[in-house]
Amino acid sequence: MAPDSMPIARALSLPRSERKPWLEVLHEWVITVDHKKIGVMYVLYGLLFMVAGGIEATLMRIQLAVPEARFVSPQVFNRLFTMHGTTMIFFVAMPILFGFANYLVPLMIGARDMAFPRLNAFSFWMTAFGGLLLYFSYVGGAGVYGAGSAPSFGWWAYAPLTSPAFARGHSTDFWTLALLVSGVGTVGFGVNTVATILCMRCPGMKLTKMPLLVWLNLVMGGMLFFTISPLTAAQLMLMIDRYLGGHFFDTQAGGKATLWMHFFWIFGHPEVYVLIIPAFAFLSEIVPVFSRKAIFGYPIMVAATVGIGFISFGVWAHHLYTIDMPSYGQAFFVGMSLAIAVPTGIKIFNWLATMWGGKIWLATPMLFCVGFLFQFLIAGLTGVILANAPFDWQLGNSYFVVAHFHYVIVGGILFALFGAFYYWFPKVTGRMMDETLGKWHFWLFVIGFHLTFDPMHIAGILGMPRRIWTYQPGHGWAIWNMISTFGVFVQATAILIFVFNLIHSYLQGAQAGDDPWDAWTLEWSTSSPPPPYNFAVIPEVKSRRPLWDLKHPEDPDWQYE
Amino acid sequence: MSAKTGLSHKRARGWARIEALTCTVITGAVSRLFASAPVGSQPTNIFAPVSTPADELYHLSLFDLSVCAGIFIVVFILLVYAVMKFRRRADDDGREPPQIYGSDQLELAWTVLPILIVVVLFLTSARVIHTVEDAREPANALRITVVGHRFWWEYRYVQYGFVTADELHVPVSTPRHPWPTFLTLLSADTDHGWWVPRLAGKTDVIPNRVNHTWIDPHRVGLYLGQCSQFCGTAHAMMLIRVYVQTRAQFEAWLKNQQTAAANDPGPAVTAGRRAFESTACINCHTVRGTVADGRFGPDLTHLMSRQTLGSGVIPNTPENLRRWIQGPPAIKPGVEMPPMNLSSRQLNELVAYLETLH
Repeated sequence: MAPDSMPIARALSLPRSERKPWLEVLHEWVITVDHKKIGVMYVLYGLLFMVAGGIEATLMRIQLAVPEARFVSPQVFNRLFTMHGTTMIFFVAMPILFGFANYLVPLMIGARDMAFPRLNAFSFWMTAFGGLLLYFSYVGGAGVYGAGSAPSFGWWAYAPLTSPAFARGHSTDFWTLALLVSGVGTVGFGVNTVATILCMRCPGMKLTKMPLLVWLNLVMGGMLFFTISPLTAAQLMLMIDRYLGGHFFDTQAGGKATLWMHFFWIFGHPEVYVLIIPAFAFLSEIVPVFSRKAIFGYPIMVAATVGIGFISFGVWAHHLYTIDMPSYGQAFFVGMSLAIAVPTGIKIFNWLATMWGGKIWLATPMLFCVGFLFQFLIAGLTGVILANAPFDWQLGNSYFVVAHFHYVIVGGILFALFGAFYYWFPKVTGRMMDETLGKWHFWLFVIGFHLTFDPMHIAGILGMPRRIWTYQPGHGWAIWNMISTFGVFVQATAILIFVFNLIHSYLQGAQAGDDPWDAWTLEWSTSSPPPPYNFAVIPEVKSRRPLWDLKHPEDPDWQYE
Repeated sequence: MSAKTGLSHKRARGWARIEALTCTVITGAVSRLFASAPVGSQPTNIFAPVSTPADELYHLSLFDLSVCAGIFIVVFILLVYAVMKFRRRADDDGREPPQIYGSDQLELAWTVLPILIVVVLFLTSARVIHTVEDAREPANALRITVVGHRFWWEYRYVQYGFVTADELHVPVSTPRHPWPTFLTLLSADTDHGWWVPRLAGKTDVIPNRVNHTWIDPHRVGLYLGQCSQFCGTAHAMMLIRVYVQTRAQFEAWLKNQQTAAANDPGPAVTAGRRAFESTACINCHTVRGTVADGRFGPDLTHLMSRQTLGSGVIPNTPENLRRWIQGPPAIKPGVEMPPMNLSSRQLNELVAYLETLH
């Protein structure tokens, strides 16, 4: 069906505005409250920090390539893994995922903006400020000898390494402030997302008619209130310890190191789901469109997500199996951690069933989704293994765990994100991303990813602990580390191709049109890029796939839902 | 949908057979890759256990790995099959495939089956947790208090009244003559982790908290490990060495450790001892039977009975001892011991003295 005959909410065709002076453009972006511009800023900001985090990872891998290397000093190495972890979680994964949600949720529910546009801008700028604060520690964290520069206690910041006795200077304070400030932004984003989804849906879009992406972001937004709060509380307690003579975590004065662990991980584990649920959301949009079928088992997918959301708050202590918990406590958390595999498995099966019997179009977005399914399957299974406490006594804090969570975050979340980039880029810019470069990007990244992270499982089984600056020869670790380091460079090449593709396609990509993938959700009914007001007329929907109904008036979805 | 995807009974049985076969292959491959490899080249392999706690985990992990490998193979085959079989063909007619919105039977199947698997995994895990964590300490157990320091280990043999450092000696524990070792873990400063993969899983060493673990090594030998909880700059060089000895060897070692330091009256040694006792050494180190009673660093009473220096970082040779005293951070960056800046003569005398601490 030709796009111009689509009656739903076409954008008014306005003449393209002339080129404005760059200062004016910059000013426009800085003061904007438009959810699309804020979304794009979130994503670009995250990509920028991804470069920083990626360089940190590369330096670490070079240091670990051979035993007893002296490429960087242990002080520098410890800063590198602290900054890499903090950056990638708080200033790469979250901003990019929030950016996509920001951009897509109002478009997919037929709204003209988020519920609170100013709060939206405020949230973004707080997050941005947080990241800058963190990196400012490199120049502003100086203290007495050996204590300056960036924090070096790992991204969990276990007490008492953060106490004044062990963390002199101000690097800890920059880290704390960075997380506090960006946490405010994160909660603001969560409030905004939930309010938008609950209050701004277009006529006809009942909760049961929302696209899955919207549902999953609703769950994620709700989770943010409860994940970020304990982290913020812990940061405040840490500041009280450091500056007001408190003893929450100060073990030398009777404080409890394990208290911090519990606070951190009751944030930290749901946080994993805060990150993976939006990745699930991308899959739930891309897989149906590229299989040409409706999502299989929509109500179960929603229920599984909500289930994951709830269970994820009861699994945190599987990070603490080695603190010598009582056996019944360990058994409880084994049970909870295993239980979360059930709804996660249901999701995988439903995506497979969506593909089953379809006509799968292996364009780049779908390729990344297939990659996601493969890697996330392995990540989930190593997760099942690690849910068993005895396995953790051996492999907790080893490279096996490093491999496991990078499988989740890189093999899962990042693959889904790349799929999302290729899928929605035409909507955001009006131009297609280059398919050939996309395929190169995909295959190189798959190879690089597996070269980097597969050997880490073996290194972990051979007893290599994480967070070690160097290691002695004779453990059988060297060969696996060498392969990992090689893999990083393959990954870096793939990322360079991706960045080149982004820029090249933005400037010279083929015109996309409004609906290049022949998709079914509302964002494809408006122009690419959408006008500031999104829809000239607020659309009205009758089913989960309003554009399917339009394209197939003889067999619309609402007859079956 | 279910008619299309549902496998016939016969085929399902065939799949189950394939799965069982692959499980065997994978388990075999795992044990071949790890367990059968020469242990000398993989001294910290978790799949080469020699002590009950490590052994329990090993068997559980093989079971868990097989179950997960089975699931992986089934889902992987489904994924590959779906992508190959349902790929859009070049001669596609452009029509949409039949739209299927779901199937209650299938959803029920892939909810209930995983729940059953999870229950089995949970029960097997719970059994191992109970066996290892709730093990009773027998009356004859060797009791040792481990104190984690930045960046070395203090071992207190509480029943025998002496303290040593960095190298743990324990007796072999056979089924006929069980003599397990029960460790109480304390920290002097930050978090550490005591992990010797072939003997037991790791247990965190946390300040202001008393943790416990135990081992009963079945075989004589040297077992390696290292600190498993990040503790600061020299975390990577906080190594663990456990010497499992025969009863007779161990008792001889105990006897030697219980004695105070030898007092060699030779002139070079006396000068070295004077240097030791008149410089900063005694602020941190103890040599039992002398005025040196510092507690911040490792006990040196029987330094020469140890094979390594700096918590396992370098072999204990006179030349290395010299280098170590002169500049520990050059060997172990981040170590708390400062360079001593001694003259060459003082250094020689000091090393000569330390060489007498057998």
